[in-house]
Amino acid sequence: MKVDWSTFYQRIIEATGETIYMVTFTLIFGAIFGIMVGLSLFVTRQNNILENKWIFGILNFIINIIRPIPFIVFLVFLMPVTRTVMGTTIGTEAAIFPMAIMATFSVARIVEQNLMSIDPGVIEASKAMGASPLQIVFTVLIPEALGPLVLGLTFVSISLIDFSAVAGYVGGGGLGQVAITYGYQRFDTSVMIVTVVILIILVQIAQWIGNTIAKKLMRR
Amino acid sequence: MIEFLDVSKTFKVAKREVHAVKNVSLTVNKGDIFGVIGFSGAGKSTLLRLVNLLEVPTSGMVKINDTDLASLSAKDLRQLRRKIGMIFQNFNLFSSRTVAGNVAYPLKLEGVPKAEIERRTAELLEFVGLSDKAKNFPEQLSGGQKQRVGIARALATNPEILICDEATSALDPETTADILKLLKRVNDELGITVLLITHEMHVITTICNRVAVMENGEVIELGEVLDVFTKPQHPTTQRFIESVNKDLPSAELLKEWHDAGDKHIYQVTFTGGATNQPVLSQVTQKYDVHFNIVYGSVREIQGHLLGNLVLSFKGDQDKVAKAIQELQAIVDIKEVIVDES
Repeated sequence: MKVDWSTFYQRIIEATGETIYMVTFTLIFGAIFGIMVGLSLFVTRQNNILENKWIFGILNFIINIIRPIPFIVFLVFLMPVTRTVMGTTIGTEAAIFPMAIMATFSVARIVEQNLMSIDPGVIEASKAMGASPLQIVFTVLIPEALGPLVLGLTFVSISLIDFSAVAGYVGGGGLGQVAITYGYQRFDTSVMIVTVVILIILVQIAQWIGNTIAKKLMRR
Repeated sequence: MIEFLDVSKTFKVAKREVHAVKNVSLTVNKGDIFGVIGFSGAGKSTLLRLVNLLEVPTSGMVKINDTDLASLSAKDLRQLRRKIGMIFQNFNLFSSRTVAGNVAYPLKLEGVPKAEIERRTAELLEFVGLSDKAKNFPEQLSGGQKQRVGIARALATNPEILICDEATSALDPETTADILKLLKRVNDELGITVLLITHEMHVITTICNRVAVMENGEVIELGEVLDVFTKPQHPTTQRFIESVNKDLPSAELLKEWHDAGDKHIYQVTFTGGATNQPVLSQVTQKYDVHFNIVYGSVREIQGHLLGNLVLSFKGDQDKVAKAIQELQAIVDIKEVIVDES
C-alpha cells in the first residue's frame, strides 16, 4: 500500500521536526557535558595543569569502552537506565537520553584532541603571567581551540542525524522511523527517497552552519 | 635581586635521571642585563624557568628580592609571576586574540578596570612601536613584530624582572638587532632587570653586562662580559668567543702572505685607553718601520673598545725588533707563527 502524499506530507514535516528536535537537544547536552569531560580529560593528563592520574585514567577508560559500542546495541543496552531517568523508552525524548550520552563521549574525545593541538608554549606563557588553572581553561584553552571545536561539533551533529535514524528504529520517532516503517517495511520507495533527500539536506545545512561559524572564529 | 643558591634540577626521563641544572649558584643584580649562554641542552632553559617556578628545583634555593620561592603559596606565586615578565623564542602569543588583546591579557587576569587596560595597552604598543597593529591578529605579523607584542605583553604588569627564553633565536640578524635595542631600552628607560638565555655570543656582547656560561647543567664561567670576553678561561667559552671574533686569519692565508714576503706578522690586541692614542703610527714612525694591517677588527663591548689587529711590519730587521719591543710596553703584541711546512 502506497502512501497518499496529499496527506502524508504532514507526517514528513512532523518527522523532520522530530529529527531536528532530537539532534538539537542531543547536541546541546552532548556539547555541554562533552566539553566538560574533554576539558577534564585534557587538564588531568600527565604534565598538564591539573595532572591527576586517577581522574584521567577513569575518564579515558569509560570513553574507550563506550565509544566502540554500535549505537543500536548501546541504545537497547541502556533501556533500563533510560526508563529510570526519562520514565519511558519510547518517543523522541526517550531517544535523546542515550544519544546525549553517546554524543558526550564523542565530543569529549574531539575536545581533548583539539586541545592537544594548542601550542603548549601558549599555556606556559599564561602560567608565567600568573594565570590560575581555571583562568587557563576559560581564557586560553577554550578560546584558542574554539574554531576547531566548532568543526568537531559539526562532525558530531552529523553523526547524530545518523543516530536519530537508528533511534527511530526502536520507536524514537523522526525521519528514521518514517523511512523504516513506510519505506522499508511497506516497500514505498517514494517515502524512502523523500526521507533520504531530507536527511541529505539536513546534513548539508548542519555542515554549512558549522563551517560558517568556524570560519568566523578562525578568521582564515 | 635573583639569587640561585646551589640549585639543581633533575628530570626523570624514561627511568633515567637527567641533571638539567647542577649546583648552580649565581646572583643577578638589580639593573643587570644578565646573559646565560650555552649550547643547546646545556640547561639554560631550565635555569630560566626556575626563576618563575615553571620548573621547581630538586634541591637548592631560588630567591627573588630575598623571598624564597619555595615558601610561597600557589596564590602568592601567581602574584609574584605577575612581577616577572617572560618572552619566548616562539613568541607564544594567543592566536585567538588581537595584538591589543594579547597585551591586555595579563591585565585582565589581574582584574584591572577596562579603561585602565585600554590606556595601558595603547601606551605599551606605543613603546614597542606597534600602535598601528593593535587590531591585527598575531598571524598577520612578522617574527620581529610578534616578539614586540610579546615584550609589550610581558611589560603590561610593570614587572621588575624580564626573563627572555632565546628571544631572538627565531629572528633574522637585522630583526635581532632591533629586538636587542628594544630590550636595552626596557632596561635603561624602565629600569627592568633582564635575565636572558641564548646560544648566540653576539647577543651577549651587544647588550649584556654580565654573563654566565653553562655546559652540562653547570655554570663554567661567570663574570663581567668584558672580562670573560677578553680573558676566557674555559675552552667552551673560547669557542663561543671565536664564533663572533675569529682572531686570526686561516693558516692557508697566513702562509700565502708569508711566502709573498710578509716575514714579520704580529697580532696586536688592545682594550680601552690604548685605542684612543695613535700608538702604532707614533712608534713605527720613530723607528722608520712601515706596517700594513692585514686582518683585524675593533668591537665595542659594554662601552669599551676591544681591538684585535694582525699587522705585517716592513723595514730593517733590527728596527722592526726595536719597534716591537717598544710596542710591547703599551699593548699586547705577539708574533704570529706561520706554519712553513
